[in-house]
Amino acid sequence: MSDSRITLEQVRHVARLARLELAPEEEGALQNDLSAILTYVDKLNQLDTSAIPPTAQVGEIGVPMRADEVLNAPAAEPMLANAPARQDHFFRVPKIIE
Amino acid sequence: MSGELFRLTIAEARDRLVRREISAQELTRACLDRIAELERRLNAFITVCPREALEQAAAADARLARGDAPALCGIPLAIKDIYLTRGIRTTCASKILGNFVAPYDATVIARLREAGAVFVGKANMDEFAMGSSSENSAFGPTRNPYDLTRVAGGSSGGSAAAVAAEECLAALGTDTGGSIREPASFCGVVGLKPTYSRVSRFGVIAFASSLDQVGPFTKTVRDAAIMLRELAGSDPQDSTCSARPVPDYERALTGDIEGLRIGVPREYFVSGMNPEVEESVRTALRQFESLGAKLVEISLPHTDYAIATYYIVATAEASANLARYDGIRYGLRVDADNNIELYNRTRARGFGAEVKRRIMLGTFALSSGYYDAYYLKAQQVRTLIRRDFEAAFARCDLIATPVAPTTAFRLGEKTADPMQMYLSDIFTISVNLAGLPGLSLPCGYDGAGLPIGLQIIGAPFGEEAMLRAADAYENSGACERRTPPLRSAA
Repeated sequence: MSDSRITLEQVRHVARLARLELAPEEEGALQNDLSAILTYVDKLNQLDTSAIPPTAQVGEIGVPMRADEVLNAPAAEPMLANAPARQDHFFRVPKIIE
Repeated sequence: MSGELFRLTIAEARDRLVRREISAQELTRACLDRIAELERRLNAFITVCPREALEQAAAADARLARGDAPALCGIPLAIKDIYLTRGIRTTCASKILGNFVAPYDATVIARLREAGAVFVGKANMDEFAMGSSSENSAFGPTRNPYDLTRVAGGSSGGSAAAVAAEECLAALGTDTGGSIREPASFCGVVGLKPTYSRVSRFGVIAFASSLDQVGPFTKTVRDAAIMLRELAGSDPQDSTCSARPVPDYERALTGDIEGLRIGVPREYFVSGMNPEVEESVRTALRQFESLGAKLVEISLPHTDYAIATYYIVATAEASANLARYDGIRYGLRVDADNNIELYNRTRARGFGAEVKRRIMLGTFALSSGYYDAYYLKAQQVRTLIRRDFEAAFARCDLIATPVAPTTAFRLGEKTADPMQMYLSDIFTISVNLAGLPGLSLPCGYDGAGLPIGLQIIGAPFGEEAMLRAADAYENSGACERRTPPLRSAA
C-alpha cells in the first residue's frame, strides 16, 4: 500500500479553501487523520477503471418538470428571525468595500 | 388506563384510538412521562416538546371524535433533529445551529402533521449526521437502552434509543451510509432506509445529497410499512424525488414468502466479524428457508472498496453542502473585522472535530489537481459497486446480510480512531452507494444481551418484498422481542 501522507502546507491550503480557521494542534491532528484516511483510500487504485463511466446519478434518470411559479409567499420576517445581526430588513455584515 | 400505554405499537394504538378506548392525549402523556423518567439516563433527545405535543394530541382527539382519523392520528413520534420543524429549534446536533428555529416544515414533517402525528421531541444524533455512534453530538452522546455504558449507534442514535426505550411509538431518522440501520441493529428495533428518491428530502438538512434518505424506526415491521406509506411520494419541492405511485405497503404483508430467492453474499461473512453476530444471522437465514424461501449464494466482489468510495463521495458532497454555514443569515456568528475572518472563525467555533475532518477531506478530494485521482476515481468505483448489485438481483429477489460486524460498542471505544469508526458501516454503506432500500431487523442477542440485526436489501423500489419477508420472519417468533434493561451492565 502506498503512503499518501499530506504535508502541513497542504492542510493549511485546504483549510483556506474550506474557510476553516485551525489551531496549530488541529493542523497536526488533521495532517495525521487525513493521511491515514487517504492511505486507506489508495486501495481504489487496485482497480482498473479506465473504461468505467463515473456514477452521475442514482435513482431514476430524468428531471421532473413543473410550472415556474412562486410557491412560497414572501416571508422576510420569519427568515430574518434567525439572523445573528440585522438592521431593519437586512442582514448586518462587516464592511466589504471601503 | 394510561398505565404502560407507551408499550403499544402503532398498529395497536391506532385500533384502540379509533375505538376510543384510549385518547391521543393519554397516549402522549404516557410517552412524555416516560421521557421525563428516562432522559437523564439515555439523552435520546436534544429538545423535548411537551406543550406542542399535547396541542397536537388534543387536535388528534378532536379529529378522532369526528370520525376523521388519518393513518397516524394521535401517534407520538420522535423526530431526528435534522428535520426542519416550524417553530421548533432544529440544531442538527451542532453548535453552529444551536439557536436555529426552523421557519418552515420539511415536506415529510408537513405530511406527518396532516396524518395526525404527534411530535414529542427532536432526537439526538451525530453532528450533521456524521458518525456511527451519536458521540459526535454537541449535546452529549445517547446511551444504549440495553447497556448504558454502550453507544446507541449513529448517526440516528437518539431516534433508535427513543423507540427501543419506548419514549415514543416510532421515530424518523436519516440514512447516508447506515445511519438508520446500524443504530436500529444496536438498539434492537426495526429501521428502514427506503430506495434513494422514494421519500422527499425537502427541509432535511443535507449531508451527502446523492446518498441521504429519510426513513422510520419502529417496534415492528408492520409499523415500518404504515410509516413508509405516509412518508413516500413525489414532492414538487424536491426534484430528486420519484413520481412513482406509492403502494399500500401494509397490504404487502401477506406472510407468504414461498419460493422467494434470498441472496447471501459471501463477501459479507468475513473474518473479524463477531462470531455471535455471524451465528445469529446464519440462524435467521435458516429460519427464512424453513418459511419457504430459497437461499442463493451470490457475490458482490467490490464490497471491500465501498468504505473508501463512500468517504470520498460523501465528504466531497458534504464539503459543498456545509459551505452555507457562514454566520451571515442564521446560526452562530463569531464577529471579525472582515467577512472572510468572520466565516473562518464562525466555522472554526461552530463545527465539531468530525465535521471539520470531513469538510477538510471533501475539500481536498475536490481541490485542483486531486479531483481525478480521488473524486472521479471514487465515482467510477461506485459504478462497479452498483453493477455488482444489478448482477446479483438477476439471481435473487432480496439480499440478506448482517447489519454491522459487532453489537453495540462501548462509549469512547472508537472515538480516537476515525478509521475504526468508519469500518462499523462496512455492511451498510454499499446500499447507499447503489441507491437501494435496506432494512434492519432484530434477529437475536449476544451473550451480554445486546441486540443483533439482520439486514435485508431490496432491488430499487422493492420495499414491498423486503417488508413482506421481514414481517414473515418477525411473525415466525424466531426472535423474541425483549424489553431493554435501561441500566449499565455489571
